[in-house]
Amino acid sequence: MNSFDYIRPATVAEAIAAAAEPGSAFLAAGTNLIDMMKTGALRPYRLVDLTHLPGLSDVEWLADGGVRIGALVRNADLAHDPEFASRFPAVAEALLSGASAQLRNAATVGGNLMQRTRCRHFADPASACNRRVPGSGCDAIGGETRTCAILGHSEACVATHPSDFCVPLAALDAVVEIAGPTGTREVPLEDFHLLPGDRPMLETMLEPGDLITGLRLAGDAAAFSAHSRYLKLRDRTSYAFALVSAAACLTIEAGEITAARIALGGVAAKPWRAKAAERLLIGAAPGPEPFWRAAEAALADATPVGGPDGDNAFKIALAGRIVTRALKAAAAGTPARIPALPGSVHVANGDPAHA
Amino acid sequence: MTYTIHLTLNGTPREISLDDPRVTLLDLLRERVGLTGAKKGCDRGQCGACTVLVDGRRINSCLALAVSLDGADVTTIEGLAEGDSLHPVQEAFIAHDGLQCGFCTPGQIMSAVGLIAEGQTDGDPERVRECMSGNLCRCGAYAGITEAVLDVQQQMSETEQGRKRA
Ligand SMILES: Cc1cc2nc3c(=O)[nH]c(=O)nc-3n(C[C@H](O)[C@H](O)[C@H](O)COP(=O)(O)OP(=O)(O)OC[C@H]3O[C@@H](n4cnc5c(N)ncnc54)[C@H](O)[C@@H]3O)c2cc1C
Ligand code: FES
Ligand code: FES
Repeated sequence: MNSFDYIRPATVAEAIAAAAEPGSAFLAAGTNLIDMMKTGALRPYRLVDLTHLPGLSDVEWLADGGVRIGALVRNADLAHDPEFASRFPAVAEALLSGASAQLRNAATVGGNLMQRTRCRHFADPASACNRRVPGSGCDAIGGETRTCAILGHSEACVATHPSDFCVPLAALDAVVEIAGPTGTREVPLEDFHLLPGDRPMLETMLEPGDLITGLRLAGDAAAFSAHSRYLKLRDRTSYAFALVSAAACLTIEAGEITAARIALGGVAAKPWRAKAAERLLIGAAPGPEPFWRAAEAALADATPVGGPDGDNAFKIALAGRIVTRALKAAAAGTPARIPALPGSVHVANGDPAHA
Repeated sequence: MTYTIHLTLNGTPREISLDDPRVTLLDLLRERVGLTGAKKGCDRGQCGACTVLVDGRRINSCLALAVSLDGADVTTIEGLAEGDSLHPVQEAFIAHDGLQCGFCTPGQIMSAVGLIAEGQTDGDPERVRECMSGNLCRCGAYAGITEAVLDVQQQMSETEQGRKRA
């Protein structure tokens, strides 16, 4: 790890001023930043510690039934907040399907949004990576692409965003609150992460010094609470990132779908909202046929990296199936309690969750 | 530059001066204060061998910067037993053969103590396995580990019921 200066600001304004200097990075729990600094992928020379700042660790209920989540709220605390889990069950399930209990205890909401891709070439300074070093090339393209993006990728970068949490947040129109050198503003989570295009080093719309202060979910997002799931397919049962995942949230009245929200994870450099798929479901009776049509619409533009036979072509079929499966699970109703293995497709079959 | 931090380590308040902010909590414990119980398996958050409690919560000490934890209360495996009497989770790991080589064990035990305090698993072996998934065991002692956790939870709920009856 390179050496760095450690700064512990007393106020948000001091934090923003300190981080606006080139080469600075905010430090939250460090579960992603310190990891990436250990590999040498990231080499900030100044860390601005957010964890002692006041006022960023609260979950506040809003008059409209929505919620404001401070950027330093820990992933586990949010997921285990009973009120939060009952109003936004897919978000709680996504949080609990990610990482491990230890990591969730540490990880913050802001850090989860800002975590970097798990593409191994990004983490490895000996690899070419346009995201890490602009113009250096991409060792994933032409190499092993099994876990790479199927949507929104470019010739410069095929990395995915690894967060589970962000997937239902995108589905439910979460808003990110930002404070920066020029004041405060807010951005829909859907617009927060950027697709790579020819500038993959730009990962989010944050400018130097910009601090995420919190996240908001509006009260109308809680209208989906009776039919909300997050399902995730991974290479091992637990403590693994998603190969593909989907959040599905429905409202159903008199046997008819009246509103639908769908987003996919593990497929692109951002959580992928599927609005065309949502529209197809309005007015339909829940069932395999409309669910499969919605899944096809969600993946209509998907392409494997390196042509039709690319290593990650299987992810297109897999993503279609996880969307269908998540819709089916959502239609069946949110379980009274988050399943023993959150986000798993196994438990519903009565199979043991852990082999 | 040196950074002075205050930690409570296994109940004892300590003032620690760090000549380098790069020191993780794990390296501080192992290399600087002689508490080598927490193990360094991967140093990347991927194995759980370094699990300790910070302010009563289990975390991976390999990914936490010590300087950032100024003011925290840290409990390691060395802080569990009272003199010669082992903590109930330590007893249960022995009773249920929850270990072979023992390398992962301090992390497993600290994780189990954290899990019990979190109170999310209520006697369901599936939930225990899921909530212990952040601790890998290369010897594969998982079956005994799960039984040990369930056993301690069972004992605790019996004591609790006994107390209510009394
Ligand atoms: C082994 C392992 C497995 C994991 N598995 C999963 C998984 O399955 N699913 C999943 O979703 N995640 C997973 N994670 C990732 C984990 O969720 C993230 O590491 C964590 O959420 C990051 O939060 P943090 O507080 O530690 O952030 P840090 O590491 O402190 O920061 C991460 C980044 O965010 C920036 N940042 C932090 N807070 C702010 C803020 N308020 N404003 C602006 N920038 C900020 C930092 O500068 C840094 O660039 C895993 C991690 C590990 C190590
Ligand atoms: S040493 Fe910390 S998780 Fe492996
Ligand atoms: S007992 Fe050997 S690694 Fe777990």
